[in-house]
Amino acid sequence: MNITWRLAWRNLWRRRRRTWLTVGAMVFCNTLLIFLISVQLGSYQMMIDNSLGAFSGHLQLQHEGFDEDQRIRQSVPAVTERALQVEALLAGEAVAARGVAYALASSEERSFGIQVTGVQPAREPGVSTLPGLLREGRYLSGADGEIVVGALLARNLRVGPGDEITMLGSGRDGSFAAAIATVVGIIESGIPELDRALAQVSLPWFQAVFNMGDHGHSLVVRLRNLERVPAAVVALQPLLAGAPELVVLDWDQLQPGLRQAIRSDMVSAWVMYGVLILLVAFSVLNTQLMSVLERTREFGVMLALGVSPGRLARLVGLETALLAALGLALGVAAGGLLGWYLQQAGFTFPGMEEMNARFNLPERIYPPVTLASLLWGPLTVFLGALLAAVYPALRLFGLQPVSAMRAG
Amino acid sequence: MHWPLTSLLTLAWRNLWRNYRRTLIMLLAIALGVWAMIVMSALMRGMTDQMVRNGLATLPGEAQIHHPDFRLDPSVVNHMSMPAGNLLAQLNSAPITAWAARLRVPAVLASEYASRGVTVLGVDPVQEAALGSLPETLLEGRMLASPDDRGILLGASLARRLDTGLGKRIVLMSQDTENNVADRGVRVVGVYRARLQGDEERFAYVGRGALQELLGLEQEVTEIAVSAADYRAVDAWLPALRASAGPGLEVLGWTELHTFLGTMLAVQEGFVLVFMVVVFLVLSFGLINTLVMAVFERTRELGLMQALGMRPALILSQVLLESLQLLALGLLAGNGLALATLLPLRDGVDISAVAEGMEMMEMGTTLYPLLAVNDMLLSTAVVLTLGLLASLLPAWRASRLDPVRALARH
Repeated sequence: MNITWRLAWRNLWRRRRRTWLTVGAMVFCNTLLIFLISVQLGSYQMMIDNSLGAFSGHLQLQHEGFDEDQRIRQSVPAVTERALQVEALLAGEAVAARGVAYALASSEERSFGIQVTGVQPAREPGVSTLPGLLREGRYLSGADGEIVVGALLARNLRVGPGDEITMLGSGRDGSFAAAIATVVGIIESGIPELDRALAQVSLPWFQAVFNMGDHGHSLVVRLRNLERVPAAVVALQPLLAGAPELVVLDWDQLQPGLRQAIRSDMVSAWVMYGVLILLVAFSVLNTQLMSVLERTREFGVMLALGVSPGRLARLVGLETALLAALGLALGVAAGGLLGWYLQQAGFTFPGMEEMNARFNLPERIYPPVTLASLLWGPLTVFLGALLAAVYPALRLFGLQPVSAMRAG
Repeated sequence: MHWPLTSLLTLAWRNLWRNYRRTLIMLLAIALGVWAMIVMSALMRGMTDQMVRNGLATLPGEAQIHHPDFRLDPSVVNHMSMPAGNLLAQLNSAPITAWAARLRVPAVLASEYASRGVTVLGVDPVQEAALGSLPETLLEGRMLASPDDRGILLGASLARRLDTGLGKRIVLMSQDTENNVADRGVRVVGVYRARLQGDEERFAYVGRGALQELLGLEQEVTEIAVSAADYRAVDAWLPALRASAGPGLEVLGWTELHTFLGTMLAVQEGFVLVFMVVVFLVLSFGLINTLVMAVFERTRELGLMQALGMRPALILSQVLLESLQLLALGLLAGNGLALATLLPLRDGVDISAVAEGMEMMEMGTTLYPLLAVNDMLLSTAVVLTLGLLASLLPAWRASRLDPVRALARH
């Protein structure tokens, strides 16, 4: 072991209590940061997965302007053939075609305006979690005249499986569209907006009722993970070559609120983390400045013996680095243990259930411990501590050996 | 026992500045901590406050009266009569400042190109204006003139989706009291902009009388929205209103009508306290450290004081006073800094860069920090209480020194 290292290590333990208190501050702050960051990153991941998984998918191919205006004429021709083409271009990813129309739905007792979605019953479960959230009955079989509705819509219309719903609306060409559908299933997602509005029928029947021909309104793609989105957008470009009116929208364009909600949450979280890290840095600054000041005589002697001020500064820097490394190691260990426990046991607080439902999150979250959530916070604390040592170390350069040796 | 408070204070004050660098750093740390406590609470409070206000502006009101079945089955069938007698008297007495009787029904609006399901509100414009529940911004045309106005007021986003506009006619379809679909052509007399795009697409306004006529009602309504200015004080007047409405009607406060907002407010209150305690805990390591070192450096001196007859209790209070002075100075600086930060932000912080994310939380594009005296008091209480608690250990150790050993130290 190098003499400077040995010196630095011994110096650290000259004031045992002070060192432990400073390390304690770092460990506490690191554990807290690991906890907060893993909950934060974990819930972002779930927010994205659940929001996109419920309905919109990672990508959609649509007529330009449809996302904004949702007009029935803004349609995609030959939509089922295109679904096969998309499937061929993106081997192994789930694709489904949809059509959307608005209608007045009447049961025997009640009438509501609803949005009817035509889906491919065999493909829809691949792109959306909704078909799996049946509360009663079954999902669409593909036969004409079947409809599944959201739980709140069913309650509002006062219908259950087996009951009939009359739909009145207008077709793609502006003609009158009317049909009678039998409720076969009721879906409960727990998201009120979806449960209040959801109504799905099979796509071929949808196209017949609303005079769509072979048109639909969107091709929904669900990828295996979020990282594949940019490559998939590029892969789909050949499809757009012959059809300038079509566009590919990624999840950020489909749900612009999502990324912004995450970003605004991230900003406010980092302001909070910044304050905590700064406070720890002050603690380190205080410790190191004191430790330098109380050794003025000693440093004077060392200077007189020919040790350069640069080497003394390195010594103080090394002491701080050792101190910070201790805080880092213990903090990561403590935070890792806490994170590991939460990953198993989950985390919740009073009121979280209602808040989380808003962002499509479950009532209890199990934040995964990742390298990022484990090291992000503690490394910033480590850097902050090193920066805090700059001022005490710089003071050494102004030291005069003679007056320093005479200092009290 | 006589407490020489003045001399103790002076002693503590002088001790505090013997190592001015250390004191200044600690002071800076406390000030930063207190600043963060107050500024963060003000931002959080501002955010929640705005969410609640926006939520209550569209709910609308802080309490609502319905037919008992209406909330589960929002159909015109579950209507009620206009307030009269006791209820009317209660609605017109303080502290209730405004109320509006309205028809809220699901409906379909159809232009020649498209149709949409919406919620149509049949309103009395004068009552709604008092309640503050009409859209704030009119882009084109006019507001509704009276309850018998036969026009319709549409959101800009809905108008675009329906491919219609000012002066055009659209068809309004809704279920009447006999469960039949009633329809009528209405002219778009105004186009409004709401704070949240979702509201623009969801709500269309028509005259209450005109809608009653279409749906086969006389003077009946489906909802009475009630406001009394302060959303935190609903419990003060809700029971009286409930009593006057009688058992045939359901009277609910906003925390029950909009559970998300109620929870949000409660969680925010809790979070402010948790944040303050956490900030303080991080701070406390430095505080204890400073005091431990200050006592350690003065071991000889403290031993001498004891040898000269100073009681341990006095030494304890001397160290505590030193800590108290440090905390008080830090609090003063922190509160000052927080005020200096928040006052220029009174007119709001522009957060339109993340507007659509904020819309998920029912927020607008400007964040108004809300400085509550309570938060300042709370942070002061947290810092002083926990600060003195943390100082107890070093202070106690200082008072328990053995004078002989202490004096023997170098």
